[in-house]
Amino acid sequence: MYKYVGQSVKRVDGLDKVTGYAKYVDDLKMPGMLYAKIKTSPYAHARIIKVDTSKAEALEGVKAVITGKDVPNRVGLYLEDKTFLATDKVRFIGEPVAAVAAVTPEIAEEAVELIEVEYEELPAVFSAMDAIKHDAPLIHEDLGNYKYGSIFFPKPGTNISNHYKIRKGDIEKGFAEADYIMENEFYVPHIQHAPIENHSVIALTEPSGKVTVWSSCQSPYAVRKALSVAFNLPLNKIRVISPAVGGGFGGKAGTTLEGITIPLSQKCMGRPVKLTYTREEDMVCSFVRQGCLARIKTGVKKDGRIVAEENTFYWEGGAYTEYGVNITRAGGYASTGPYDIPNVKADSYCVYTNQPVGGPYRGFGMSEIHFAIEQNLDMVAAELGIDPVEFRKINAIKEGGHTVTGQQLFNVGITKCIEAVEKDIEWGKKEKPSGPNKVRGKGIACMYKAPSQPNNVASSALIKINEDGTANLLVTAMDIGQGSNTALAQIAAEVLTIPVEKISVVTGDTDVTPYEWQTVASRITYCAGNAVKKAAEDAKEQMLKLASIGLGLPAEYLELRDEYVVSKIYPDRKISIADLALGLTMPDGSGIHGPIIGRGSFIPPNVRNTDKETGQGEKPVAFWTFGAQAVDIEIDLETGQIEVLKVAAAYDVGKAINPQLCQAQIEGGIVQGLGSALLEHQIMNKGKVLNPNFVDYKIPAVRDVPEMIVRIIEVPEETGPYGARGVGEPAMVPTAPAIANAIYNALGIRINSLPLTAEKVLYAIKNNKSVSCKLVKNNKGEDGEGQVKCGIN
Amino acid sequence: MKHKISFTVNGEKVHMEVEANKTLLRMLREDLNLTGAKEGCGAGECGSCTVIVDGKAVNSCMMLAVEADGKDIITVEGLAKNGVLDPLQQSFINNAALQCGYCTPGMLMSAKALLMRNPNPSEDDIKEAIGGNLCRCTGYKVIVDAIKEAAGQIN
Repeated sequence: MYKYVGQSVKRVDGLDKVTGYAKYVDDLKMPGMLYAKIKTSPYAHARIIKVDTSKAEALEGVKAVITGKDVPNRVGLYLEDKTFLATDKVRFIGEPVAAVAAVTPEIAEEAVELIEVEYEELPAVFSAMDAIKHDAPLIHEDLGNYKYGSIFFPKPGTNISNHYKIRKGDIEKGFAEADYIMENEFYVPHIQHAPIENHSVIALTEPSGKVTVWSSCQSPYAVRKALSVAFNLPLNKIRVISPAVGGGFGGKAGTTLEGITIPLSQKCMGRPVKLTYTREEDMVCSFVRQGCLARIKTGVKKDGRIVAEENTFYWEGGAYTEYGVNITRAGGYASTGPYDIPNVKADSYCVYTNQPVGGPYRGFGMSEIHFAIEQNLDMVAAELGIDPVEFRKINAIKEGGHTVTGQQLFNVGITKCIEAVEKDIEWGKKEKPSGPNKVRGKGIACMYKAPSQPNNVASSALIKINEDGTANLLVTAMDIGQGSNTALAQIAAEVLTIPVEKISVVTGDTDVTPYEWQTVASRITYCAGNAVKKAAEDAKEQMLKLASIGLGLPAEYLELRDEYVVSKIYPDRKISIADLALGLTMPDGSGIHGPIIGRGSFIPPNVRNTDKETGQGEKPVAFWTFGAQAVDIEIDLETGQIEVLKVAAAYDVGKAINPQLCQAQIEGGIVQGLGSALLEHQIMNKGKVLNPNFVDYKIPAVRDVPEMIVRIIEVPEETGPYGARGVGEPAMVPTAPAIANAIYNALGIRINSLPLTAEKVLYAIKNNKSVSCKLVKNNKGEDGEGQVKCGIN
Repeated sequence: MKHKISFTVNGEKVHMEVEANKTLLRMLREDLNLTGAKEGCGAGECGSCTVIVDGKAVNSCMMLAVEADGKDIITVEGLAKNGVLDPLQQSFINNAALQCGYCTPGMLMSAKALLMRNPNPSEDDIKEAIGGNLCRCTGYKVIVDAIKEAAGQIN
């Protein structure tokens, strides 16, 4: 039994946040601060002929103007394909081409208007299917010269920046064995992260050339590395500080505004330069979630066993895919969802388009592929006459089962998750509609997700024990709202027996806090948690050794108990942590050892590359998180409006370090998933975003929230701290397909594109009410194309 | 041309000279260093800039500073009294009704304005009061719970 782990300890950052004291980047004000503004491209694809900044530079109050010439180096987390300002070409509407720093935001804005850019417009492409055509205009002619990680496979001379393949078993044999084959197509449009805090950065260059950046970012060390490449600066000359972050959801994982403010600050030595995006800029110029066209072909036996699956994903990556290539990879190695299928062929293509830049988004491709996988599964089940819950139980990965990469899994909680939501949603029970023109329906969807990260990503933690027995925990895991400061303090408290309130968590300063790869991928509780546990154990070991000398007892007979090192046999023989903090004082007044500093480093064990041609490998990821959601909805037949009445969610988190915060993650995820299901769609016309504001781009508000029943399943992950797995992203993945499946359950109508708007539902009701999926027409939104095939052989 | 205005903020009398086009939000944040109120959209869409003006929750990005003349303003910084948290602040912590915290000041002020005029609100009253406050993290349920708790409806 644990004292701190597993307890719903109140958020350690709560007080600062409820008092308005917490400082976000835009709250920071510094003497002499300048304000920046960007000039953006009005063209989706055009060559830059000339940029004339002379009028802007002449404006009183303007201190610096920069263009692509000032930031020529290509950068990128996985594929170095972008510059912070456009250099040779612009590749999307809204791409920054120049920037100004001035003494007031108003002057900066006026100066931006005075910058004259001459373009030569080029043909553009706005969908993945158009962009992969052999005669499509090339968006990156130099793709062959870009640097990229060895786990990615760009195709120079095309718009394909990554082609990730899975070849498992014998796909032809698998389909030959199948009694039925069904093939369907689905489309998920681009959506917005929409954290309430827009991106904001302040950069300051010192006379020595050292640059300090205050950035609303999820990943200070990854930002530091990108900036080092961009500006040819050694890492010790860049300091990235991330104060409170007002929500990320992936959108603040990469490096964006930092690369614009630094060159401005280099021209205004000693003066901080702040750039805060407007909501419109945030929605267009930073990152969005990629669009995805998915084709799912499933071969199944009469008894319900899936024997073959051939899946193809076309990701609309936007103008730069430095990050998107890895979402494509994740879509590949998770390509069938949480099901054990012996024969799999999957192709996941990342495709450049002249659209805003696709980037990491809570779920990292899993929401998109599961929208397709989970609906297709229901369609197969319906044709076979097997209950959707039963069908999932038949095919779900079992103990010792295998993923699409051939990875064997143990401690698999998916069946428990399915059973939990089956019970909580009262599966099989018909609910009564609230009125004559309304119908009810229930739907279920499952998911799995692994952290999509390079194999050897590192985490570290430092714990300094203070002479009064309190401690400081230093990490660069960022609490972007998910509650990592609280959970990590709980892990340290558990090992050290020091209460959480006596542990101060210090984060997000690359000059001070130790290395953390990134706060992404639902990896922090697992990765940083392991590092913190090791740091605490290191401090504990030092203290036990010292106490062993002080007490004259072997260290193995000692333990930590309530802030003391205590003899397991003679509990009255003890030394307090406070008395050991600066070393052990000997009877003669001398001292030994010195201050206790715990050090912990962690890399997920034994994660290895997969085979380049087949994608097969024993352990391509650190761990998998499984979950399921079931929904109960009501549809108004006169308007097509869907009301989600109830969502039951169950996730196997391994061990809930903080149950209240786990529940909070899952509830927040359900509602974000619900937004993507019913409301959210970045509408574009020839690459121009038409709804970059909260009036035209709706995110859920309080009245959109259904009843939520959350169940936390705990099947321990062997390599996790106290058995913990991540859950932040998985929380939103199954909501949209579960709702789509509930629509089918209610109406016999299949809608294969998001969002599931009243218009689409009403159109489907009016045109082919009460049909089976075989007769369903293409319900795709304006962004998609292609026909739904629903054949059975 | 600047305009002379006088108003009360968090119980303190303030005299200012402000530009005619400056918003209340910018005056609070830039001139008075009250950065609790946030700008999320600058267009009255997200509610993160909510403050209380003469007892009413107001999007301070949509109100000009000159309009504050003679008004009584409460910001999130004025909620706690003598180091003691307002019951709403405490219940937000208890219920994990905040995550990233960016919408929290605005959410608290909308809730406070509600409880000032209606100490015993219905669930529908609560949803009405925070209907214009967007939160991307929590899923709102815990926020509604926290407001109910602060109103003494849940122990």
